[in-house]
Formats: sequence, C-alpha cells, structure tokens
Amino acid sequence: MKQLDPEMLARLQYQSYRIRWHTVDIARDHLKMHFGAVFSIAEMIVSLYFNWMRYDPKNPQWEERDRFVLSKGHAAPALYSALGEAGYYDLEELQTFRSLHSILQGHPCRVKTPGVEVSSGSLGTGIAAAVGIAIAGKLDKAAWRVYVILSDAECNEGSTWEAIQVASNHRLDNLVVLLDRNGTSASGPMANRNDIEPLRDKWQAFNWAVTEARGHDFQSIYEGLQWSETITGRPVVIICHTEKGRGMSVVKEHPEHNFMLKTEQYRRALTELENIEKELLVHVN
Amino acid sequence: MSIEALDVAKAFGEALVELGEKNPKVVIVEADLADSCCSDHFRDRFPERTIDVGVAEATAVAVSAGLAFSGKIPYVNTFAVFAAARTFDQVRQLVAYGRANVKICGSAAGLSLGYAGASHHSLEDIALMRSQPNMIVVSPSDAIETRQMVHAIAEIKGPVYLRLSRAKKPPIYDENYQLEIGKAVILKDGTDVALFATGDMVFEALKAAELLAGEGISAEVVNIHTIKPLDVDTIIRVAQKTRAIVTIEDHSIIGGLGGAIAECLGEHMPTPMRRIGLRDTFCESDSTNVLREAYGLAPHHIVDAAIEVMEMRTISLGIP
Repeated sequence: MKQLDPEMLARLQYQSYRIRWHTVDIARDHLKMHFGAVFSIAEMIVSLYFNWMRYDPKNPQWEERDRFVLSKGHAAPALYSALGEAGYYDLEELQTFRSLHSILQGHPCRVKTPGVEVSSGSLGTGIAAAVGIAIAGKLDKAAWRVYVILSDAECNEGSTWEAIQVASNHRLDNLVVLLDRNGTSASGPMANRNDIEPLRDKWQAFNWAVTEARGHDFQSIYEGLQWSETITGRPVVIICHTEKGRGMSVVKEHPEHNFMLKTEQYRRALTELENIEKELLVHVN
Repeated sequence: MSIEALDVAKAFGEALVELGEKNPKVVIVEADLADSCCSDHFRDRFPERTIDVGVAEATAVAVSAGLAFSGKIPYVNTFAVFAAARTFDQVRQLVAYGRANVKICGSAAGLSLGYAGASHHSLEDIALMRSQPNMIVVSPSDAIETRQMVHAIAEIKGPVYLRLSRAKKPPIYDENYQLEIGKAVILKDGTDVALFATGDMVFEALKAAELLAGEGISAEVVNIHTIKPLDVDTIIRVAQKTRAIVTIEDHSIIGGLGGAIAECLGEHMPTPMRRIGLRDTFCESDSTNVLREAYGLAPHHIVDAAIEVMEMRTISLGIP
C-alpha cells in the first residue's frame, strides 16, 4: 500500500479542520446542527474529495467524474464545506445554508447544489440510488466509480439491505461504501438497542468485500480506498471506525444528535479551533 | 398484428420493445414481475438493458432514479399497488424531489386484480402520485392510447406515473388517433351532462352515454388521459356548457380524478358534480366486473349519477 506523502497529509488535515471550522462558523450560537455526524465523517469525506475522486468543480456534470453520494444526508455541512473548498461554488455560499433561496438546503438536494448527485436525507435511500448509478456505469462500461458515505444507523433501514443485496447481485465492483461506524444513532448508543452487529459478517454474507479502517486516520482510509480498487466482481465496504463529534470536545457535551451551541460553548469552540489551527502545517488553501 | 386484438397490458409490452429499438437510453427496471406486467418482451429483446432487482419495489424505484441521474430513461415496472404505495418514500425523495427522469409504470391498477383482494387493488395510486411536485400522471384508456403514451412519456424530461389497467375491451381509438399529453379528448359531444373518465373507465362512460341517450339525455364524454397537469381549460369549458358533471374512475374518489376535477372546478367554476369511484373503502375479492357492479362503478351507476346531478343542477341553479 502506498503511503501518504507528508505534504498531502498536511493538506488533508487542513481540509478536515476547515470542515469543522465552517460548520461552527455556519451554526455559531443560533443554528441547530448535526455536529456529531458532520465531524464523524470529516476525514472520510476529505479523503474522497482531496485525495481520491476525479471530478471537475468547473464542470460538475463532467461525464468521467467519480460519483459521490452522501447517504447520511444530515451530515450535509461536511459535504457543503468539501464542495466549497473544492471549488464548486464560492465559500460565501456556506453562510446561506438552509435559508430561503440558498443553493444549500438543510439536506442535500441535487437540483440546487452543484456537485450533489442525489437528494438525500431520508435514510437508506441514497445508497439505493447509488446502486442505480453504479449499474448505469456498468451498462456504459465507464471507468468512473461510485462512492457512498453511509451511516451505521442507516443499517437499521430495510431499504439499505435491499440495496446492498442488489449491488452484489449485479457484481458492482465500481461501488464503494464508506460506512461511518460511530456506534451512535439519534437516541444514543446502538449497542443492545438498535444493534447492527455482527456488521462485518452481515456485509460479507451479502457478498460484499469488506475491510475496516480507522475513520479519522487518513493513511488508514487511503489504504482502504487503495484496497477497494483491487476487488473485482463484488462491491466494497470500508467499515470506518469513527467517533461522533470527533475533534471538538465542546460538541461532545451535548447528548442530543441535533443541537445548537450556547454562546459560551460557541466561544470555546472557536478557541478549540484556534488551537487545532496552530498545529496545522498548512494554513491556507 | 392488429392492435384491435391486443389488450392494454400487451400493448404496453409491445410499445416498450418499439421504444427500446428507437432509443438506446431506455432501460427497464423490474421487481420480479416482468411476465405479469408484460415487459418480458423487452427483457427477451434487450436482456442487457433489463435490470431485475428482485422483489424489492422501493429499491427498483431508487435504482431507477440512480440510472436516470446517469442519463438513462428507466421505465420501472410493477403492479400499481406496489409502484405507488410501497415505494412512496423513494418516489418522493429521489424521483419527484430529485426530478429524476423516471417513468413509473403501475400495471393492473384499480380493481384490475379483482380476485387478488384488497392487498392488490390499487385505489390510491393517482392520489399519491398526484400529490408530488414535478410528477406527471397519465392514465390511458385503451391499447392504442397506451402504445402512444409509452412513446410520448419518453420525450418528457422528468418523472411520470403511467397508470395501466388490464382491460381487454374494444378499442376507443383507431390508428389515426394522435395523443397529446395534457390535452383532454372529447369523445362525444353532449349538452345535458358531462362524463369525465380516465383509464378503461372511459369505455364504461361511453356505454353509460349510450344508455343515457336512450333516455333522451345528451351526455358529453371526455377522456382525461392526463390527470396531472389537468386540462383546466377544457374542463371549465365543458362544465360551463353542461353545468352538471360526473367523474368516473377505477380509484378512490378521494384524491383521484374526481378529487382533481372537484379542486379545479371549485376554484374556477363551481359545478354540481357526482364522483363515481370507490367510496373510502377497501374491496373484497371477485372478478373486476363483479366488483365494479358491487361497488358502484358499472354503467348503470354512471347513468344514475348523471340523472342525480342533473336534478341537483335544477335545484341549486334553477337550470332544467
């Protein structure tokens, strides 16, 4: 497996900081946000957009682009930050998030946002649309691939398992799911409640190629993605072990999944972000 | 082969093959019912463009959306009761909201699958589909119109719900017919009462008009093959002329053709009306004809409704 060069690693670290920074900056102390979900996938989505997928932000419909589907649509701010940082639109657009006439709806909307392939938000539907996209890729013998970020709680949805079954029946080796395994859903820990274990065995039983990664470790994700390209005849899932709210302690003070920072928390969040920024090797895009 | 010999379902199946020959972007998505829904001809002719997801209707719709996002024109095909109700979240989130160029084909709609019982009767599919922004809802009346409809909806860039019956009835149209989506068709001029019908109930409406003629009543018969967008101009014009209307559909009276026309006329031209359809009920098992007789959808029920609505007009408007 190839190693990330230090320059790329620094850039990825900067971008994951930017996701956290943008999210706090959009929400400040007056917008409710799924902070936990957004920060959980920060390193996964940054890996895809800044070290893996092929795309052209100036031509979002470029035929040869890799397709990305955020099946866990409530983590939209992570996607919007990534798309803005990648150059699909002005970063100033982020300030319009979920306000009237914004191109950035509360959950991803393909009709409004350049770079969004599938409208998601109803859990367990994005992955199924991604399966359709991958089938189209196979019909056209295309070189592009389809990447999905799926939440672990979406594995409670029956529609997710229908889609998973169709994907392996159609031998979609152009489809890669990054499964955000933070172990927590809206009402709390999933263990012994809405449990999905044995997760690895389940995906394997559905004839997927399964690997696991440390979901906040860029090298580990990179290795999973490299491995995915070695698989033929089966779709790939990379179970990414993550932490809800990763990277900002203030966010973890809230037991809720969708919440607003208090003014005092927002101030502390800014201090935390400043401290993260000081450690970065890259400071501008 | 003469189209007169074909029923609606077969006409649908043959038109899909014609369309497949003409347009390589057309793909069919199945949920294990190709034979029952007559898309097996397409499957045999174009196996590589037929995607069977198995018994997973909601996923069939979701997969279709993904195919549409990649430039394909998917016709997703299952029984109407599953095509609408079973899949509704995927229809809403991915197809309607996502403006996916998906053609949802609901076969054996209404009481077509009479013997199968209420689990298989599709009495709310128009209501569900009509509620969705961006969705066009069409319901052809015979084999010839069905064939043309299959081709016409491929030209629309966006979501369409195609409602199909299993009627095996004499055709209403001949080969000279030219379908125009969104444009109601006046099949018979009349002055006393207007019968607005959709799907294979158009045939029943024409039979009712004959019965009414026997009683000296002149009924106008209008085929509403496009339920959304509704041909508001024609409906208002006809309502203005007759001042008494009956809507006729093999569907619940809630939210279907009757609902759509009541909404339209309520806003533009309040008109005495009666709605023929299922009256907020599930139905039992039997043949389609027995059920239509039992639940008030037979031609003589249409006649009774027409006479009633003409009386109502006299009382409410003083127009004899």
